[in-house]
Amino acid sequence: MQDVDTLVNEALEIFGGIDDADALEQVKARYLGKAGALTQLSKTLGKLDPAERPAMGSRINAAKEKLEDALRQRRETIQAGKLEARLKEEALDVTLPGRGPGVGAVHPVTRTLERVETLFHSLGFEVADGPEIETDYYNFTALNQPENHPARSMHDTFYLADGRHLLRTHTSPIQIRYMEQHRPPIKIIAPGRVYRVDSDATHSPMFHQVEGLWIDEHVTFADLKGVVSEFLKRFFEREDLKVRFRPSFFPFTEPSAEVDMSFGERWLEIGGCGMVHPTVLKNVNIDPERCQGFAFGMGLDRLTMLRYGVNDLRLFFENDLRFLRQFT
Amino acid sequence: MKFSENWLRTFVNPPLGTDELADAITFAGIEVEEIEPAAPAFEQVVVGEVVSVEKHPDAERLSVCQVNVGVAPLTIVCGAPNVAAGMKVPTALVGAKLPGIEIKAAKVRGVESHGMLCSQKELGLSDEAAGLMVLPDDSPVGMSVRELLDLDDHVLTTKPTPNRGDCLSILGMSREVAAITSAPANAPRIKAIVADMDDTLSVTLDAPDACPRYCGRLVKGVDSTSPTPRWMRSRLERSGIRSISAVVDITNFVMLELGQPLHAFDALKLEGGIRVRYAAQDEKLELLNGRTAELGPDYLVIADDKKAVALAGIMGGAQTAVDDHTRDIFLESAYFAPEVIAGKSRLLGFGSDSSFRFERGVDFGETPRALERATQLVLEICGGDAGPLTEARAALPERKPVTLRLERAERVLGIALEARDVEDILRRLGFSVKSHEDVFVVTPPSYRFDIAIEEDLIEEVARIHGYDNIPAAAPVARATMLRAPETTRTRAALRSAIAQRDYTEVVTYSFIDSRWEADFCGNTHPVALANPIASQMSAMRSSLIPGLVDSVAFNVRHKQSRVRVFEIGRCFRKAGDDYAQPVRIGGAAYGEALPEQWGVASRRVDFYDVKGDLEALFAPREPRFEAAEHPALHPGKSAQLIVGTQTVGWIGELHPRWQQKYYLPLAPVLFEIEYDALAAGVVPAYREIPKFPPVRRDVAALFDEQVPFQAVLEALKAQASPLVTDVRLFDVYRGKDLEKGKKSLAFSVLLQDTRKTLTDAEVDSAVTQLRDVLRQRFDAKLR
Repeated sequence: MQDVDTLVNEALEIFGGIDDADALEQVKARYLGKAGALTQLSKTLGKLDPAERPAMGSRINAAKEKLEDALRQRRETIQAGKLEARLKEEALDVTLPGRGPGVGAVHPVTRTLERVETLFHSLGFEVADGPEIETDYYNFTALNQPENHPARSMHDTFYLADGRHLLRTHTSPIQIRYMEQHRPPIKIIAPGRVYRVDSDATHSPMFHQVEGLWIDEHVTFADLKGVVSEFLKRFFEREDLKVRFRPSFFPFTEPSAEVDMSFGERWLEIGGCGMVHPTVLKNVNIDPERCQGFAFGMGLDRLTMLRYGVNDLRLFFENDLRFLRQFT
Repeated sequence: MKFSENWLRTFVNPPLGTDELADAITFAGIEVEEIEPAAPAFEQVVVGEVVSVEKHPDAERLSVCQVNVGVAPLTIVCGAPNVAAGMKVPTALVGAKLPGIEIKAAKVRGVESHGMLCSQKELGLSDEAAGLMVLPDDSPVGMSVRELLDLDDHVLTTKPTPNRGDCLSILGMSREVAAITSAPANAPRIKAIVADMDDTLSVTLDAPDACPRYCGRLVKGVDSTSPTPRWMRSRLERSGIRSISAVVDITNFVMLELGQPLHAFDALKLEGGIRVRYAAQDEKLELLNGRTAELGPDYLVIADDKKAVALAGIMGGAQTAVDDHTRDIFLESAYFAPEVIAGKSRLLGFGSDSSFRFERGVDFGETPRALERATQLVLEICGGDAGPLTEARAALPERKPVTLRLERAERVLGIALEARDVEDILRRLGFSVKSHEDVFVVTPPSYRFDIAIEEDLIEEVARIHGYDNIPAAAPVARATMLRAPETTRTRAALRSAIAQRDYTEVVTYSFIDSRWEADFCGNTHPVALANPIASQMSAMRSSLIPGLVDSVAFNVRHKQSRVRVFEIGRCFRKAGDDYAQPVRIGGAAYGEALPEQWGVASRRVDFYDVKGDLEALFAPREPRFEAAEHPALHPGKSAQLIVGTQTVGWIGELHPRWQQKYYLPLAPVLFEIEYDALAAGVVPAYREIPKFPPVRRDVAALFDEQVPFQAVLEALKAQASPLVTDVRLFDVYRGKDLEKGKKSLAFSVLLQDTRKTLTDAEVDSAVTQLRDVLRQRFDAKLR
């Protein structure tokens, strides 16, 4: 009969040399199976001297446990090795491009509009919309520009063949329509397409404007300066942006101002603004003694050009994907 | 308005440099758009008198001149053909710097030359020159030419706003500068002319509202060939006005100086007295610019006893114009009401410096003064005898007092103001002011046409106070939350959803070629522009499709093989007396279904790809697609989208006819949806999640090719037992092993009961019900 220790050592050595799970189970049977060496050994216990029996019994049990432990470990090692091999085999070239549909882009002017909307939304301004074919009343008369007023020559207007309608020359008609329907406090921005008879390298017969309107009881010219200046700083994300207000004239505001801004070198005209003219308020039945406020207007195309360094207005209307996809 | 800075400074001369002066004007509200030097920089050019001219010994075309510049005569070789002894010319001395060259002593073909005789071109005063610049005979020898010609000057170009017609003159600008800078104004005094004779023309005002003041005067025996003095010509030129003749130049000069347009008639061509009246219907008048205006009772004219002789405030008539033979003139200085002149230049197709001023408002308080000034200049320059000034006058416009409350100004501007400062500003502007307890009663002067309400005065105070002195404030307001309706998707969210499906946003013109309207929309009577910028931009689009097809074509021409674009914008169509202007979303997909990539077989985009995009955009709502024909689309590959009972859009492949006509190698798939339909959102409503497992059964059957899937699906859904929770198509098969003209449709049917597990019997019964529907309604052969 083999000595227990020799048996254990022999088994451990054999287990360590096996790399296959099935082979391991077969070898296990040789020691721990019904006819296995250790099983046989424990069957001989009864023949031993009763005094030696307990000691031998515990030696055999310890040996069994030792082998079971070794087997478990070996199994885990074999499994781990297998998994590792599989993982290695399955490895991808992760640098290959991903598959699927592409991604489009919103138009750069829209991108600007959405940023403008977000900024003014944070101050509580809602977005208003309105028709592009307008009447003379909403585009001019209601805005304090009666027929034949010299100020009208500031706008080269597209007229419809019906002789009664025109294409809006600014988004101000939206303000009038909104004020007809709402009472102060009024806080809106009015973006959209506008049209003027003008076409060259720096003018498009169709372009985009955004106007803002805030009417309440105590909205002042100082507030106007504050809102417009802060907007420009937030839009361009430049705290050092300089903004100045030059006295000017618009029929629908008084006092009126042109807004210039500068990144440090030249001054650039960026928009017009002013306190809403009392006649305009009266035209929409708002009492100018009780309520007052400001309006401003800016070119969205121009804001976009300055923000992204686009140097040709015409690119916005050519719809060249090589240009538009730069704004994905 | 363009004008000489030096001229302005003779009226008011604040201690400011040119740029500072321009800034001061700009920041008070009259934008100075441009500042240009009157002449390029040059120095050491003096008046030289050519004493003698001899032929150059070795060069046929050159002359050797002796030139007196005040010290020892200089020998100068000159190549100009017009050089002659006795003439005075600009002479560049040795060391002089001219634009582009420096003058040095040099031998010219063996003769020492000590300077250069100059043409206008060499001095940079004009682009071309035929020969030497000839200076007036009385020019002092040796005097700097810059000084002689007043070249150390700048031309300022201002852009007065339409409300400030009073700033369209040197006098007006000088008042403004004096108010801004507090510098004293020294407008020249104008004396009344003492008449040399008694001759007058009668003046009758037939339309006293339109012309309430008319001054006229005869000047007889003028020499109309007299040259215009150089100083006057140079000032006119710096204002961009070409010299014509002394008399005409004088009228223009006084207009620039005082802002009052004037006219001079050849008195011998007038028949009888002057009458200011409205034109008769169809009255014609040949004007100075060669055009014949066809007039009507809206037009005010100056007439004599027989005929109209001028279009009042706009332009004189050709028949009574002064020319070189004119001996006697009749000078006119009048006030015409702005509303009579306004709009006329648009109707006529031309305007004038005169109409530009009258439509903005000319000072009716100074009408005679301008006539005195013009007469004085005519007598000085052209000679002659002046008659007495005739004035016809009716009720002049009133300047009503306007009240300004200090408190109101503070409330509008958002700053505190001192009553003292406000009053000072108003007085500096020439307003008469009465004040009482922070309320000012202000009467504007006759030259201000823009002061009628309190805000007009608040603006005056603000601009002279300085916008820069009003702080930019962070507004304080009641905080209210904005609405955020969940049943409307924001435009930004919708745009982003479309862009995420690989469409790029375009902006196409709202006005398009009317032929596109006919081709793509079947619309032969589009909404038309009266004054389009080009014929291919003359029709308002009734659909986004033409612009999208054009965008695709543009990009295909630029070698893009795969184009996916979308646009959100308004479309236009006539609706009774008005126009419907719905906002729509349109798109086009062209070329490959997916960007070229590895591991995916390439295939062209088709109807169902784009339909899938639309279904995703509409989700969770499910619009119905019904086969229908559209002028732009392939009749067999187009459908209407229906939500509820409303048609909300179209999808389809471009009609092969237009694909060919618009040079597209492949047909794009297009869609166009009403914006409101797509933007409508759904507020989710919770339903309990079933606790019992669903059962799936598949049902496949053979159908005639003509049977539309939608009809089958709807019939199944309508007839299904309540246990059927969903029916979906999972396969469409057409193959050789099938009968010709047949297709196989395979449906998965999901069944579920919320209260218990379904039995086989229940499932079988429900599925049999569906199979019966297919057999009975569609004559389908079950597989």
